[in-house]
Amino acid sequence: MTAFRTLSLAMLKGFVRDKVTLFFTFLFPLMFLVIFGLILRDVGADKTKIAVVGDGQVVSALRDSGVLELEQYNDVDAAVQKVKDGDLPAALIVRGQQLEVRFAQSDQVKSATVLGIVNGFVDKANVAATGQPPRFTFAAEKVEDASLKPIQFLTPGILSWGVAVSAVFGSALTLVSWRRKQVLRRIRLAPVSATSVLSSRLLVSTGVALVQGGIFVGIAMLPVFGLKLSGSWWLAIPLLLLGTIAFFALGMLVGAFAKTEEAASAAANIVVLPMAFLSGTFFPVEQAPAWLQAVSKIFPLRHMNDGMLNVLVRGKGIEALVVPSAVLIGFALVVGFLASRVFKWEE
Amino acid sequence: MTGERSAVVVRDIRKSYGELTAVDGVSFTVAEGEFFGILGPNGAGKTTTLEIIEGLREPDSGEVRLLGESPWPRNVKLLPRIGVQLQASSFFEKLTAKEQLQTFGALYGVSPGTAADMLELVGLADKANEQENKLSGGQRQRLSIACALVHDPDVVFLDEPTAALDPQARRNLWDVLRAIQERGKTIVYTTHYLDEAEILCDRVAIMDEGRILALDPPAVLVRGLDAPTHVTLQKGALSVVDASALDGVEEAHENEVSLTISTRRPAPVLSALAERGALDGLQVRAATLEDVFLDLTGREYRA
Ligand SMILES: Nc1ncnc2c1ncn2[C@@H]1O[C@H](COP(=O)(O)OP(=O)(O)OP(=O)(O)O)[C@@H](O)[C@H]1O
Ligand SMILES: [Mg+2]
Repeated sequence: MTAFRTLSLAMLKGFVRDKVTLFFTFLFPLMFLVIFGLILRDVGADKTKIAVVGDGQVVSALRDSGVLELEQYNDVDAAVQKVKDGDLPAALIVRGQQLEVRFAQSDQVKSATVLGIVNGFVDKANVAATGQPPRFTFAAEKVEDASLKPIQFLTPGILSWGVAVSAVFGSALTLVSWRRKQVLRRIRLAPVSATSVLSSRLLVSTGVALVQGGIFVGIAMLPVFGLKLSGSWWLAIPLLLLGTIAFFALGMLVGAFAKTEEAASAAANIVVLPMAFLSGTFFPVEQAPAWLQAVSKIFPLRHMNDGMLNVLVRGKGIEALVVPSAVLIGFALVVGFLASRVFKWEE
Repeated sequence: MTGERSAVVVRDIRKSYGELTAVDGVSFTVAEGEFFGILGPNGAGKTTTLEIIEGLREPDSGEVRLLGESPWPRNVKLLPRIGVQLQASSFFEKLTAKEQLQTFGALYGVSPGTAADMLELVGLADKANEQENKLSGGQRQRLSIACALVHDPDVVFLDEPTAALDPQARRNLWDVLRAIQERGKTIVYTTHYLDEAEILCDRVAIMDEGRILALDPPAVLVRGLDAPTHVTLQKGALSVVDASALDGVEEAHENEVSLTISTRRPAPVLSALAERGALDGLQVRAATLEDVFLDLTGREYRA
């Protein structure tokens, strides 16, 4: 037990003192989170903007509601020109009691939206003008839907990716460097099992994964990025640990084959990068073509992503962990077994 | 040596790497408490032999008994009782000298305090908090030896422990090794330094091309060689003709600076020289292991 504790501590120290590893473990994924988070911040939040000429009761009601963004023009021709150029979907021209909408034919959905909204406000104004209470009333309430703001899918994706990268690289590079520096042979001469050596390294990796999770989520929750966690966020912790184990096993396999550290990181990149892109790290997989979605299902990272997304932001319960956990455990067992078959103590 | 228990018994081990025969039928026995040296040039098969005994490599054929047990396959019962310093030093990354020792110690259940004390033994106390990659070659070497000794093993295997050490450190290490032997431990070590082996070892095996050419206490090897002693004088102290005429002199020759006399009976030659007052620049060089090596292999020793 003291051997296990001392080994874990030794590896933790080795990890913390390696600046390059620290960078790739924490800052590198964070850079992606920050950059994508800032670039994509306003996507999807856009309100429809229309040109307005003139003012009046309807226009001020529209403005107060904030449903549409209004761009004021003094000149009808200028406003219509904007529509003709395709810059704005519609122009609302107010001449006293007379309201006129000129809309672009190209984007019928947007035009119809604008027409519907303006029409609604005109009707409301008419009812109000009669002085009668309205016979039908209407109430609207916001519903949380499944389509997410970018930060909501970026955080689980980049977290899964960051954890996968550091687990794969951590185990592959440790294994190769220990083999090259004869540490493995030296350990083989000591009365400890290979299992306790490996599990102490795994312990460091899982600890690192938890810290990564805390940091990434913490930063994504800053007001600039605006991540909102669901109530079941803590279910991400078991997922994080299983993911670490699975990718640790993958690193062991890579490390068993690679002869040098350079070869190990190249091989790890070749494995991890395509997997990251195809698993929805940087964009929601739902937006990908169907065949790609099917292909991505073979990657454990895809399932880890799905699970993370479901529990961190979609508020799904423990049932959302079943498939990802099964895939990650299965992957860890198969790959871990292969790694133990091809494992070599020395060059 | 008979009657004593054997720490190591090696019987006719062989190991080939493809075409190359690294160890070609090596047999020897090391008694408990013995200081045993394996000497030989690069590629002689010293490391391969050691690693087969330690249980790091499997011999193609032959038998090894280490403390009465077979070291191959990995024999966990044996491991706490042996200490190994590999030829290439092996350390954990980014750990300081003290942490290296404590980590290796922990693998054997040695307390951190005891482990740290080993630094003193190899003269690295002032480098305790230095990271391993910042140590000099000799310091790394000493740390590596300390790591091999940290769990107080009964049999110690050291592969060229004195390579890369300065004369002072080398001598200090000799003291450390002698102290270990005095505590009843067995030491098996390889070296390129024939003079060192002569001083330290109870017995040495001279190895070349995978075979043991000779195995005896150094003094016996040298004596058995029956090589002449060389007496050197300043040039002009005596003429070549006079020197050759002295009783017991086999050969005398002269170069620009000195006269060298070869003899197998140095005592009468030296007294004759003293009688004549011809002792200017006197140097006497008896045969050494180097001569033994030359005699055995027919070539100069190339470390
Ligand atoms: N793993 C290996 N694969 C192939 N050949 C090897 C291997 N290890 C050693 N050899 C060869 O076996 C021979 C003996 O090597 P060994 O390391 O035992 O020599 P050594 O006496 O320790 O030499 P040195 O003084 O240089 O340490 C050498 O010719 C070497 O090239
Ligand atoms: Mg060697």
